[in-house]
Amino acid sequence: MLAAHKLDITRGDRRLFGDITLELRPGTLLLVTGSNGSGKTSLLRALCGLLLPSAGEVRWQNANIRSLREEYWRHLAYIGHSNALKDELSAAENLGVLCALSGVHTGPEQQRQALADFGLAGRERLPAKALSQGQRRRTALARLSLCGTLPLWILDEPFAALDSAAVSRMQSVVGAHLADGGMVVMTTHQEVPIVAPAMRELDLDGFGR
Amino acid sequence: MMALLRAVIRRDLMLAWRRRADIATVVLFFVIVVSLFPLGVGPEPNLLRTIAPGIIWVAALLACMLSLQNMFASDHGDGALDQMLLAAAPLSLIVMARAFAHWLMSGLPLVILSPVLAIQFDLAPELSPVLTLSLLLGTPILTLTGAIGAALTLGLRGGGMLLALLVLPLYVPVLILGAGAVDAASAGLGADAQLLLLAAQLLVTATFAPWAIAVALRISAE
Amino acid sequence: MLNQPVLLAGGINIFKYASPQAFYPLAGKMLPWFGWAAALLCLAGLYTGFFVAPTDHQQGESYRIIFIHVPAAWMSMLIYVVMAFWAGVGLIFNTRLSHMMVSALVPTGALFTFVALWTGALWGKPTWGTWWVWDARLTSELILLFLYFGFMTLQAGIDDARRADRAGAVLALVGVINIPIIYFSVKWWNTLHQGASVSLTSAPTMAATMFTGMMLMALAAWMYTIATALHRVRSIIIEREQGAEWLKNHND
Repeated sequence: MLAAHKLDITRGDRRLFGDITLELRPGTLLLVTGSNGSGKTSLLRALCGLLLPSAGEVRWQNANIRSLREEYWRHLAYIGHSNALKDELSAAENLGVLCALSGVHTGPEQQRQALADFGLAGRERLPAKALSQGQRRRTALARLSLCGTLPLWILDEPFAALDSAAVSRMQSVVGAHLADGGMVVMTTHQEVPIVAPAMRELDLDGFGR
Repeated sequence: MMALLRAVIRRDLMLAWRRRADIATVVLFFVIVVSLFPLGVGPEPNLLRTIAPGIIWVAALLACMLSLQNMFASDHGDGALDQMLLAAAPLSLIVMARAFAHWLMSGLPLVILSPVLAIQFDLAPELSPVLTLSLLLGTPILTLTGAIGAALTLGLRGGGMLLALLVLPLYVPVLILGAGAVDAASAGLGADAQLLLLAAQLLVTATFAPWAIAVALRISAE
Repeated sequence: MLNQPVLLAGGINIFKYASPQAFYPLAGKMLPWFGWAAALLCLAGLYTGFFVAPTDHQQGESYRIIFIHVPAAWMSMLIYVVMAFWAGVGLIFNTRLSHMMVSALVPTGALFTFVALWTGALWGKPTWGTWWVWDARLTSELILLFLYFGFMTLQAGIDDARRADRAGAVLALVGVINIPIIYFSVKWWNTLHQGASVSLTSAPTMAATMFTGMMLMALAAWMYTIATALHRVRSIIIEREQGAEWLKNHND
């Protein structure tokens, strides 16, 4: 279970929001919304433990993530704004490295299958720099097909730059993860319906000043 | 965990190999800097023989430092660094693995090349192995210490110059011991003391630097 | 756990003054005391050093610069250690005031390092016949100056105050671990290359008044450091806490 307690985030001199308390139980989708600059990405980074909140804390299974560290991260898959792909590595190699960092070790066959799931069949050997923006995004997201064992997914704008086929693929991957008792936190601008056992929405425009 | 670290090293070596030009730049820089000194101080063979260890060491120091600018910068730019910060293994170990890969691709070539440059300065043949050994022990210290600076200056404007300013004063002991080893050997004193101290410093650095690099990376990536 | 107030035996809450808000008025109250103490001790020390202490039979009058040189050199090293201490406290306990203290100490540390180098050169000219020798202590002091400059440049290069604080703290800690290594390696390098060179350590035995003068000046340096640090901490607090309610209501 992921919980945030009285989270307060300041970037530079600007207080983005204060006093966010939330709780995420297995099977729950948390949708973070808000206008540009409302601090969606900062909240996600704080939930991951990349950004130190100026007050409050994030807890995983009732322990502060700052003391858990790898114990927390081995349960987490984070896909940020940038795709974390290296231009010189092929799609499959990139996928392998990203999974390995999460502690999930995959073979070429699994990587090929995951990429094919996201419509990248036959492109697994292409260097990432030869892929289009949408294909790069799909490569990064293909990691989710392989990281189903990680209970918590934190996704920053997963639908950006995706075509409709990839969007529906993502819907089913996220839906299946939630149905399995996983947890998903994500931000999105698009209205994408996802079937989830439980869903919560957090509108950041209502917080802070 | 070992599989994770192996994957990280493999990734870095693969990347370095596909960006071979970067390795060549470091090596060429090293060779050119060393070759400039005789032009500055004159071709007098005895003088050159005396100052050769110092010159080769200073050039290696500068080449190592320059190569460090890219160590985390591109990963910071494309989000790969975030994934390492959230990895399932302790960051200090990942950093250690990456420093090792980085040294293989930027430090080791300098070590291998040093006997050739020693010939350029007519260094006595029995001193050449001492020089190589001192570089072999010293360049990993340069990589590890420099990586702290690279992590601290990540994404800052004027990062390269700033890195030099932070890191070069910390390189002083390595320079003294490394060049001193060859000097001592040429004076017939034996280089054991310097080489042992270098090895000791390597152990200490390898113990503490990864921790400092990890802390610095977390601060810079916020 | 760390945010719990810690009570000392006497019942004084040391964390009470750990917030900038509480420390600001306290620093304001302490500032004049340390400032005046620094001025008076400095006057007394200079008087003792320049008028009371006897002329040195080997070095004549030129030795008198040590009344400035030695306390400055002591202070330059001490300040780096104190900086590193506060940097460590700031990193571990995440207290903003400790980081502010580090930033407030750095310029004074750099100043003393520079003064030590400058007075060392002034003393070296009549004594050694040259402005600069690669003496182990002078060289170490020069590298210390580089470390201070590196710290200041790093902090100046970072816009975000919190990152500047924490990155500086890591650098200060790395520096303080390296200072002894640098010092001993330089010393060793020096003996290896120069043999028995002139050294500051072989000073003749000191007259009692010389010692008194030196101690007075050292104390003055302490007081000056504390006074300037307090003054700078107050400026940093005002700069950082712009817009905070308490500062608006505060008349000092």
